[in-house]
Amino acid sequence: MNDTSNTTLTNAKMSAMNPYSINCQRKLPWRTFEQTIDQGSLPHGAGFQEAPTLDEINARDTERQALIAARQPAVKVHDELMLSQIANTSDEALKSAYKKAYEGQRLSGEDGQKLLDRGDLNLLGWLATRAKRRFHPENKVSFLLDRNINYTNICRIGCDFCAFYRRGHEQDSYVLPKEEIFKKIEETIELGGTGTLMQGGVNPHLKIEYYEDLFRNIKERYKIHLHCLSVIEIEGIAQVSRLTLEETLERLKAAGLDSIPGAGAEILSDEIRLEQSPVKRHSHRWIKVMQAAHKANLPTTATMMFGALEERKHIIEHILRIRDAQDETKGFYAFILWTFQGEHTELLKKNPDLQPTTGAEYLRVLAVSRLMMDNIPNIQGSWVTMGPKIGQISLHYGANDMGSIMIEENVVSAAGTSYTLDRKNMIELIRRSGFTPVQRDTYYNILAEHPESSDASAEGA
Amino acid sequence: MESVTCASSHLPPRPELISGERPHSPVKVDYHAVQAALTKALKGERLSFADGVNLFHSPDLVELGAVANEVNQRKNGSDVFFNVNRHINPTNICALSCKFCAFSRKPGDEGAYAYSDDEIAQRARTAAESGATEVHMVGGLHPRWKLANYTNIIRIVKETAPHLHVKAFTAVELDWLARKERKTVAEVLTELREAGLGSLPGGGAEIFTPYVREKICDTKLTGDGWLNIHRTAHQMGLRSNCTMLYGHIEDLEARVDHMLRLRSLQDETSGFNVFIPLAFQPENNELGITKHTYGVDDLKTIAVGRLLLDNFRHIKSYWVMTGDRVAQTALHYGANDLDGTVVEEKIANMAGSRAGMAMAKSKILRVIRDAGRIPVERSTVYEPIRRFDNPAEDLL
Repeated sequence: MNDTSNTTLTNAKMSAMNPYSINCQRKLPWRTFEQTIDQGSLPHGAGFQEAPTLDEINARDTERQALIAARQPAVKVHDELMLSQIANTSDEALKSAYKKAYEGQRLSGEDGQKLLDRGDLNLLGWLATRAKRRFHPENKVSFLLDRNINYTNICRIGCDFCAFYRRGHEQDSYVLPKEEIFKKIEETIELGGTGTLMQGGVNPHLKIEYYEDLFRNIKERYKIHLHCLSVIEIEGIAQVSRLTLEETLERLKAAGLDSIPGAGAEILSDEIRLEQSPVKRHSHRWIKVMQAAHKANLPTTATMMFGALEERKHIIEHILRIRDAQDETKGFYAFILWTFQGEHTELLKKNPDLQPTTGAEYLRVLAVSRLMMDNIPNIQGSWVTMGPKIGQISLHYGANDMGSIMIEENVVSAAGTSYTLDRKNMIELIRRSGFTPVQRDTYYNILAEHPESSDASAEGA
Repeated sequence: MESVTCASSHLPPRPELISGERPHSPVKVDYHAVQAALTKALKGERLSFADGVNLFHSPDLVELGAVANEVNQRKNGSDVFFNVNRHINPTNICALSCKFCAFSRKPGDEGAYAYSDDEIAQRARTAAESGATEVHMVGGLHPRWKLANYTNIIRIVKETAPHLHVKAFTAVELDWLARKERKTVAEVLTELREAGLGSLPGGGAEIFTPYVREKICDTKLTGDGWLNIHRTAHQMGLRSNCTMLYGHIEDLEARVDHMLRLRSLQDETSGFNVFIPLAFQPENNELGITKHTYGVDDLKTIAVGRLLLDNFRHIKSYWVMTGDRVAQTALHYGANDLDGTVVEEKIANMAGSRAGMAMAKSKILRVIRDAGRIPVERSTVYEPIRRFDNPAEDLL
């Protein structure tokens, strides 16, 4: 369904699995900042006749293009205002970062840092929305319906920011019996869910045979996407089963694993990881496992958890490392930002002054991530950690996806945040933010273009 | 006071309002009209009723925000106001039964209370000790309280801490007192001012538009009545605030109509300090509404307010109603005030606000700075007290 003529072998391979990955290679040409400026004086110049880029961005979507031609004036007040703000920026480095972002050029770490430190939130929202439209010219926002199954809470790692893990001797340590997992999957399918995200702890008693058996059993019984196991769990399985990473991944894939969640990335900076979790400290290992997965044809997501001790330079370092890895193996199909949830965690006990991430900071990091991640098509807004209000607003700061309506989320709720949304509310939330809601599967294939109306309009109101 | 028919030429025919959640009906957005309205706003021209409604319908949130932000920055630069204040709700016993209210109780109900003199004095004392410059007092319409009770409350606060500015009693309470005492509102205000009243809060405005007001609070003071009382106060030299309760059964036309009524009174008197949109809190009400307002809607309301109310210097993003994250984001959508430390907020919290009752000054400073703005502590009537432009000197 995609034009694969000018893509590499790896891309072709990836596109077979994930139609969105190919979009990374098919970005539309953008006008340069100077070209735009040259067409008329700013601000509010008379010669500024052509729409700067909006039509080009939307060229693929003919239906929308017709709509825009009919209803949208060529010169948007917004564009003029923002362009003149860029032109009037006195900080040269910041101005150059704005220009590069406007033109769709690749941003360097210094650019990203500058945008995070000094960037104006209104401008970042405008730039990030334009960057989002490159990947997603349709006015759609997707969501997933799946279930988190935390098959065990026994973990030998013990990260400071985690409130979920148990050591194995506590009363409430558990490994879920298979029947219970099946029951949860059945419930998921009944509710219209399409996938399951299985994660637990690094349980030293569970070897690869347990997982192979479990995945095979699930796949024999149900048509469901298995998006399972974090990096640290995969390493743990390889270790206790005395297998290489490649063997482990191959066997898990053969048993039915479809993709791997990018959890556990936290902040990929050894300085910070050491403080947060002594065992997860080697950030290059996270990248290594993810790249091995990509090479084994297992696509993955990538995450970032911020708001826990790191500085902005670490956020930039994290984004760059994932972007570089993506250039090599092209297996990340989504980037997901979380903020640290403090309650009941060791990290908060050790750092009682740590404050929750504010709304503006979250939106700024989100927008800069969208601008820097020019090779990952999807970015999720996190209503789970930031609440539905900021979750909805994030759609205007670069996010094109609302993530999952999680039927079960033990890990975040253990740390004291429990926002819940059902499908109806999710659809309403997206619609009221000005987008068309669509339900997707774990690979971002659109399943329902127009999920049934959740409001009373069908009833004649 | 019978319901007054408001002469408003711009209002469309009265729509049928239904109780419960408003359905989302897709509107054909007139992009040209939106662009025209934004252009007018940037040129400093006055927006019309239709402009306001069109702006609400525009799906481009960041565009609306950028223009409102530009308009705000031209008026106020990068300064964002807050104050150190304390709320005191002297009683929750109320003769009215507004359908949206979760705070009011009837005498004898479980949880009904009325503070004694000591309880009020003690609250004023802690406020003064914590560095507050203002007490904000509003409460229910206590059937047995007379004007003397109200002057007494103000006197207690003033005797306990003479420097505290008393911003107290909504137009609804003043109207109730005037009728009870068979006095004019001006007479009531004169007595209260002698006791130490400094200015009026903006509560009780809800939505002025009659077809909405009669559905949500038919026993309350009318919209015109509310505006008349504030007109009287302004004419006496008392400044006041004004609010709008949104996110219940009102339509967007009613919101715009409400704002325009405020704008025309402001043209007349210039007595309003600030406009404060209040997001509806959905717990324990009789309107059948169970949802919090949407984040996008909160920001749009601030932005449209900023653009329509060209004769207001300040727009407040009240964190108690929307939570500190949205309130902070609103500083980029035209708001230049975050309200204050509050300390003991009861009315919104009983209605399901998730924002909590108090925000420490240190957190207010952090929230404003995190948004890239400069925190400025203000007095109740918006005189700057201290500009916190150097974080290292916060504690000096």
